[in-house]
Amino acid sequence: MANIISDETIEYVGILAKLELDGQEKEQAKKDMGEMLDYIDQLNELDTSGVEPMSHVFPVNNVFREDEVTNGDGRDATLENAPERKEDAFVVPKTI
Amino acid sequence: MSLMSLTAVALGKKIKAGEVSVTEAVQAALDAAAAKEEKVNGFVTVDGERALERAEKVQEGIRKGVYDSPLAGVPVAVKDNMCTRGLLTTCSSKILGNFVPTYTAEAVANLERAGAVVMGKTNMDEFAMGSTTETSAYGATRNPWNGEHVPGGSSGGSCAAVAAEECSYALGSDTGGSIRQPSSFCGVTGLKPTYGTVSRYGLIAYGSSLDQIGPVAKDVTDCATILEAIASHDAKDSTSVERKDYDFAAALSEDVRGMKIGIPRDYLGEGLDGEVRDSIMAAAKVLEEKGALVEEFDLSLVEYAIPAYYVIACAEASSNLARFDGVKYGYRTTDYEGLHNMYKKSRSEGFGPEAKRRIMLGSFVLSSGYYDAYYLKALRTKALIKQAFDKAFSQYDLILGPAAPTTAPRLGESLSDPIKMYLGDIYTVSVNLAGLPGISLPCGLDSKGLPIGLQLIGDCFQEKKIIRAAYAFEQTREYQHSPLA
Repeated sequence: MANIISDETIEYVGILAKLELDGQEKEQAKKDMGEMLDYIDQLNELDTSGVEPMSHVFPVNNVFREDEVTNGDGRDATLENAPERKEDAFVVPKTI
Repeated sequence: MSLMSLTAVALGKKIKAGEVSVTEAVQAALDAAAAKEEKVNGFVTVDGERALERAEKVQEGIRKGVYDSPLAGVPVAVKDNMCTRGLLTTCSSKILGNFVPTYTAEAVANLERAGAVVMGKTNMDEFAMGSTTETSAYGATRNPWNGEHVPGGSSGGSCAAVAAEECSYALGSDTGGSIRQPSSFCGVTGLKPTYGTVSRYGLIAYGSSLDQIGPVAKDVTDCATILEAIASHDAKDSTSVERKDYDFAAALSEDVRGMKIGIPRDYLGEGLDGEVRDSIMAAAKVLEEKGALVEEFDLSLVEYAIPAYYVIACAEASSNLARFDGVKYGYRTTDYEGLHNMYKKSRSEGFGPEAKRRIMLGSFVLSSGYYDAYYLKALRTKALIKQAFDKAFSQYDLILGPAAPTTAPRLGESLSDPIKMYLGDIYTVSVNLAGLPGISLPCGLDSKGLPIGLQLIGDCFQEKKIIRAAYAFEQTREYQHSPLA
């Protein structure tokens, strides 16, 4: 069964993925995604009823520790990464 | 003989014995890189000044007895998806083109505690997404055996740099075969440990449930020694596993008598190149002659591993790569109107086509209405694949097969047809889905003079069995240096 990706779907995926595609990229993305989904649809040949989804191979548990600072004051190192700095703060575009 | 033609352990011995200074060793690597990078492009960054400064400190540390590891003073190249404090870490992406980490990945820190000298960062497929190292924003890496061919990927820079002898050894990462497949294409040895053995702290995530750091080197002894240095239980990685054994080099023995090795018939069928098949079967024969019991069996589900892998890896990637938004670090677009436009433009300009393709597929399979049909279906398939391996390992100590269906394709051949490129991962991805350890080591050359890789897969935590069999096989042949070495 061939998957046809509509303009609406690719638009929606663009919103989820926070990506802006131009006209040509959009057409390519529709084609690529349709082909990949056709390929992935092979999985439907497998009967997986009653099989629990496995996200991790080993049991994964929460790892707790005491709330103690162990890595010291990394302020200056961290600020070195700031795109722009004002005293002890990162200067970034308004995000709220 | 050039210092660069030595294995890491052999060079480490000379340094320890005082026959070679750390500065001499590091300078030899820097000179080799300077001479060969034009042809290989295995590095995104080589920082000679930093490496030479570090070399002096390590020499002093060796003198004082601070560093007594077999790797002390040996120059290493690190894949550019592992954070290195003060050293550019790009993931071969434009979006991290200016990213200088303020901390070091645990695996690299472990190496530095052993006295290693990081000389630079190696090229890779952007965010480790690809099988050819052609999706790098910093140009493709070329195969040292033949510059018209790809080195494989995504750790193509690490494997090419080892094969071209620009470094003594390297670190790579393996999410779906990204250490083993390029090791196979470049004629070097690469080991992907059991999931959780090496800390992922500071490894820029692609598919978190699959990613694992491992060594790339000239031989099995180096790989075992490097793994011993980088493996650790790390509280900073919640998926890090506390193992009983970390003494991997203790397994370097030729004794494979009575070892049961299974070859999946499903690995030998359609799509496998005839010359690769013959070389793999000849390697199996060698192990049989050394006393292993080798037989073919049906593993099953092999064809479903690739679709399941791409659903899971892309889903995790879409989530992991959501952090690159142009706000606090990394690339930010210059002109934008409002916050969402800035996010979208920064990401669209910062990510390359393969990363975008995988982010979109991942966003789709996780979206409401498709989550059950695609994502959960893939996780159920993964459970079945794990069961198939459990069954196999109830009968066999190791699984033997090729690392890739062909030798290295020509540059430019793979990217035009993504699905065809993904099919090249058929013998490697299931190992990541099941969290297993695997190695690829050279077992011959094809008629084009390109290396063929033998893959050995073990059950979880059975690295020592892999090391033993790989070492036994390796003793029967000479290491073949690439023409660029």
